[in-house]
Amino acid sequence: MHVFPFVVVAWIILVGLYGIVTSRHLVHLIVCLAVVQSATYVLLLGVGYVSRGAAPYFSDIALHSRAVDPVVQALTLTDVVVEAAVSALLLAIAVQTHKRFGTLDPDELKELQG
Amino acid sequence: MTPGLRRWTFLVAGGGLGALLVWGFVGLPGFGHYPGPYGDLLNSVAVGQRHATDVVTAINFDYRGFDTLGEEFILFTAATGVSIVLRELRRERERTAVDEAAGREAPATSDAVRMACLVLVGPTMLVGWNVVSHGQVNPGGGFQGGAIMATAFVLVYLSGEFIALKRLSPVHLTDAVEAIGAGSFAALGVAALALGFPYLDNILPLGTSAGTVDSSGTIALISFFVGIEVTAAFVLIVGELLEQTLLVRGDR
Amino acid sequence: MSALQAAVLVLVAGGATAVVLTRNPTRQVVLLSAYGITLALLFTAFQAPDVALSELTVGTVILPILLLVALAKVRRKEE
Repeated sequence: MHVFPFVVVAWIILVGLYGIVTSRHLVHLIVCLAVVQSATYVLLLGVGYVSRGAAPYFSDIALHSRAVDPVVQALTLTDVVVEAAVSALLLAIAVQTHKRFGTLDPDELKELQG
Repeated sequence: MTPGLRRWTFLVAGGGLGALLVWGFVGLPGFGHYPGPYGDLLNSVAVGQRHATDVVTAINFDYRGFDTLGEEFILFTAATGVSIVLRELRRERERTAVDEAAGREAPATSDAVRMACLVLVGPTMLVGWNVVSHGQVNPGGGFQGGAIMATAFVLVYLSGEFIALKRLSPVHLTDAVEAIGAGSFAALGVAALALGFPYLDNILPLGTSAGTVDSSGTIALISFFVGIEVTAAFVLIVGELLEQTLLVRGDR
Repeated sequence: MSALQAAVLVLVAGGATAVVLTRNPTRQVVLLSAYGITLALLFTAFQAPDVALSELTVGTVILPILLLVALAKVRRKEE
């Protein structure tokens, strides 16, 4: 039971990678990449969890009560926002690819022409 | 490589990767048994040292402010990258999106959607501003509030008023706001340097008690600048992608 | 680990599988939105409201909008 969240993380990584490897559409590939990234968020928060700990906000709980680790939360929340912007960059590249080659199928984009 | 062969190769390799991952995870301390000293230490000193009850925001903008500066520049670079990648190529006729949109008849958005979107623009903006300004007290801060405020702009587009969106957020203004946000964060760090403290040190007065909006020194200010930078970055990205749907393509 | 956290973890694993196995990009965007909501629930169950707030706005609203606009752009070129 103590390893169940990490098993779920491994499952999500593998499923996301399977989607990337067998993808037939560039936008589908970008969404699968987002799924793999979400696995890392679950991993970070799972590592920092303290049993029966509260959220690390001391405006309404007593000052030294048990709280979960705030450092991994800080890392994860900037990560979530930045990931969306990087996905937008990938989408822009996909749009230009379609404009240039007329297709979004990775199998048909094999040869890089000048 | 045929799709079937690719699938089988992945299943073998994925099985190996999965076994390696599970073997690694079993070596971790177990869910809930957090051993490390860093988190507990920060939880006990952050409120006293920085007068901020939101320890996560204090970490983001003060204890680990340099990492957040790096992340913000990733955001900035991604928005710039989108503008560059989607620049107009030589062979495309250049017509501004507003002229194109005025001439083309848009499909009629249903009245229910228009009403709902327009009614929600104001409250969304207000909620986003609340989240940004109370970052050091409650869950919130620059990143989340900025994303909520960007959603308010997108709601304007969803209600069918593309021309209004383009007038509300012209590219030059959005670029300038984004640059001001990112630059001010770095400049606050330099200001600390100029006063003889380490880079990005918390130099402003910390306020009287923890848990009020005007407490925690530079954290509130940095949160504000990050908020406007994130809003501008997302509005820029959405605007560039939308602009693309209206560019006319020249002959190939 | 409480029963709520275990249940939401199973939901997240199922959601990820569903998102990957949908091949049509437009349908996948809707599923991604729902997956974002289950992730936000998971983050709340792990006592991380800040991260849940981030995930809710970005993963449920902004990322699907970006994807839909890009898909509309691609479909328009195909006409």
